[in-house]
Amino acid sequence: MTAGYNTISLGTGRKEFNPKKPRPGIEHYISEAGKGVLEKIGGADNVDESVIGNFMAARFNKQANLPGFVPMIDEKLQWKPATSVEGACGSGGLSLMYGLRSVLAETADVVLTMGVEVQNTVKAIYGADILAGAGWYQKRKNGHAYFFPGQFSDRAGAYYEKYGFDRARKGMARWYANAIENARLDPTAQEHHNSNPDPYGTALKMKPNGAAFVDHLTVLDCSKVSDGASGIAICSEEGLARIGVDKKDAVEVMGWGQVIRNITNDPPDLVELTTIKKAAHEAMESAGVTIDQIGTIETHDCFSIAGILAVEGLGLAKRGEGADWVAEGNTSRDGYMPMNTTGGLIGWGHPTGATGVHQAVTIWQQLTGKAGDAQINISDDRPYGMTINMGGDDVTVVAVVYKRG
Amino acid sequence: MTYEERLQNVSVLGAAGKMGSGILLLTAVEMADLSLKPENKNKTFVLNAIDIDPAGLSGLMKYLRAQIRKIAEKKTVWLRKAYADREDLVENFDIIDEYIFDVLNVIRPGTAMEAAYKSNLIFEAVSENRALKVKLLRQIDENNENKPWYFTNTSSVPINLIEKEAGLEGRVLGFHFYNPPAVQKLVELITTEKTSEEAVSFAKEYARNLRKIIVPSNDHAGFIGNGHFMRDALHGLKEAEALAAEKNIPLHEAIYIINKVTQDYLVRPMGIFQLIDYVGIDVVQFILNVMDPFNPDEGLHHHLLDKMMEQGVKGGQYSSGAQKDGFLKYEKGRIVGIWDMDKQEYVDVEKFKGKCDEMMGSLPESRLSWKSIIRDKNKDDKLKKFFDDLKASNDLGAVLAIKYGKRSKEIGEKLVSDNVAAEVDHVNTVMLTGFYHAYGPVNNYFD
Repeated sequence: MTAGYNTISLGTGRKEFNPKKPRPGIEHYISEAGKGVLEKIGGADNVDESVIGNFMAARFNKQANLPGFVPMIDEKLQWKPATSVEGACGSGGLSLMYGLRSVLAETADVVLTMGVEVQNTVKAIYGADILAGAGWYQKRKNGHAYFFPGQFSDRAGAYYEKYGFDRARKGMARWYANAIENARLDPTAQEHHNSNPDPYGTALKMKPNGAAFVDHLTVLDCSKVSDGASGIAICSEEGLARIGVDKKDAVEVMGWGQVIRNITNDPPDLVELTTIKKAAHEAMESAGVTIDQIGTIETHDCFSIAGILAVEGLGLAKRGEGADWVAEGNTSRDGYMPMNTTGGLIGWGHPTGATGVHQAVTIWQQLTGKAGDAQINISDDRPYGMTINMGGDDVTVVAVVYKRG
Repeated sequence: MTYEERLQNVSVLGAAGKMGSGILLLTAVEMADLSLKPENKNKTFVLNAIDIDPAGLSGLMKYLRAQIRKIAEKKTVWLRKAYADREDLVENFDIIDEYIFDVLNVIRPGTAMEAAYKSNLIFEAVSENRALKVKLLRQIDENNENKPWYFTNTSSVPINLIEKEAGLEGRVLGFHFYNPPAVQKLVELITTEKTSEEAVSFAKEYARNLRKIIVPSNDHAGFIGNGHFMRDALHGLKEAEALAAEKNIPLHEAIYIINKVTQDYLVRPMGIFQLIDYVGIDVVQFILNVMDPFNPDEGLHHHLLDKMMEQGVKGGQYSSGAQKDGFLKYEKGRIVGIWDMDKQEYVDVEKFKGKCDEMMGSLPESRLSWKSIIRDKNKDDKLKKFFDDLKASNDLGAVLAIKYGKRSKEIGEKLVSDNVAAEVDHVNTVMLTGFYHAYGPVNNYFD
């Protein structure tokens, strides 16, 4: 993979965001991200096919048939194949998988791989309806007004009960603070302009209030509503040679795990992200690496509790000790395992269908030394990176292991 | 009659007006929320929206729909519970839409006064005209067998006069919302010697359910809110005239200066002339006319208001809520001109702003904006520092501000000594919550 590109993640927090003024539409984001990649790979002539991950343009933007927008990026993409894929917030991960499979099937050498979501078209209270589509509609009626925060609030509540409220909140507050501190270093991040001198203190002080929001999470535990798109080129070795990109400017995909869980069942264990755990371990196994060889991870922290549970699922901390491990600073940018180094979903933003691709772009940036101010040190004995992208409540998961080229 | 029974048939008079529409909105929401309770499912709730203006009623329904949506969006968590038994309502969108319909469904708009003949409770929000209020309430009472209660929104007419003249013994009280009722937290509650205890306790429960703050006021024309505002406004008018004479500057420049003193130097949400425009020059004149006979020694009257009215410049608001031009001319909420009464035209502020600002002198470093201070935890310390700095200055702006602050305090204290307000706290609460001042008029900042 190479030539990653992110638009800004637009939404509350960005200085240029004004809910009362017109904003760019989904066309703009697809176009900007696509062009951003094409510029780095010698233009559209080099692209064999394209894929777009997207969750709910059909409702957020009243728009379907997204493959038809690909030639708008560059007219040379017309009369070539294009596809869109959907797996809720895991759509971006599915987009990566589509590109990988196409290259491995030798039907393409260069796949323009994208993800996009434009969600600020509706107020959050109606956006919650749309996003609830990531769950089973038959359970919507009894769900919370803010359906997904409600689902993960239940997980957080179970975690507090089992392992202790204060411990958990400290870990979650540190998770939030890391997200903000990392996002400040990435100019495209939604929280880039956040100037709170003490994000940890703010998050720790804020208590969940079920009357106003959900019982066990505060708004700071949640990713925000975002508009954005990301793109990256997935290439075979021949493809890489064709576009004239040196291997050192690319990352090699070493393995993956793609796992789904039955959406009509409740999660088997509220304090475990079982699907994430399976997908991540499959990815490491297929890549032939162990967790201690991985230098950085992008994980799907739509909620801070999902970050904590991923840490446990990965085996970085024992069950019930993930919050402590995070609170100790192990996932901070200078910690043992830097995670979500450009802010993750809480800090960088969560344009749902784009997130899986954004994660791959961040890993590509970090492993090839292109992360700018957000760059972390990748040591030679731990040259691998991993992304974990989740759709719904631990339903549709893609984990990918990368190595610097 | 229980609280619910009382609210099963209500009328709002003047429902399409600025105050009436807000009262209607809040009452309709309260009634619809009652109707959603399981024990009330089979009861009918009726709210008559009565106004003489059919076009106004049509605009009213559009206003209500938009406002109810905003209210519903803020309480969707509760609404999902209220509609839990409705299998057909699944998404927030469905539930909010249903709620909007259910609130609107309580309301019966119309121009006929007869609709009020079956009500148990009548909110009166017609124009500030004592004879009109008395006539309407008398007419309803003669035709209504329920012995209804009357909650009048008058901001100035003594309630005991309405009670006596309309023959409503014990069944009327002043329930004075602030503009706009949907936003402002304050309600002044005015009772007469005869007002029934039952009506008062109902009024308190109703205010609590609407999340309003009640301040009791004695039954003196103008009550606490206008009692302060009107005298404060008269001081502004007098100061502007005196300043023009003393400095030999045109009156419109003096108006600019006093407006700026009352906003920037006194850290208020708007200057006194802007506030007069906001309320409406006609309304201010009307209220003063109501108050004047009850306070014969004070001369509650100003010839500049008469002159503005003669020249047809009245301020107030368009039905959209946009500000009409008055003493000041507005563009997108910004002050761009001041009315010149001699030439009868607006003079561009830019033409004299520099000169006037220089005359006033610059604000001290400790200057505060109303917006930044209103929620500041160290408000008191910061205000004290700023006003101390003003006191230490001989600049014209500072001197006028200190004088104004002192006068404002004097007005507040007089409301207590005249027995309009029972205590200083009531005066301060009214100015803090009804006028959004950052500090109460009775303070030690200017001593």
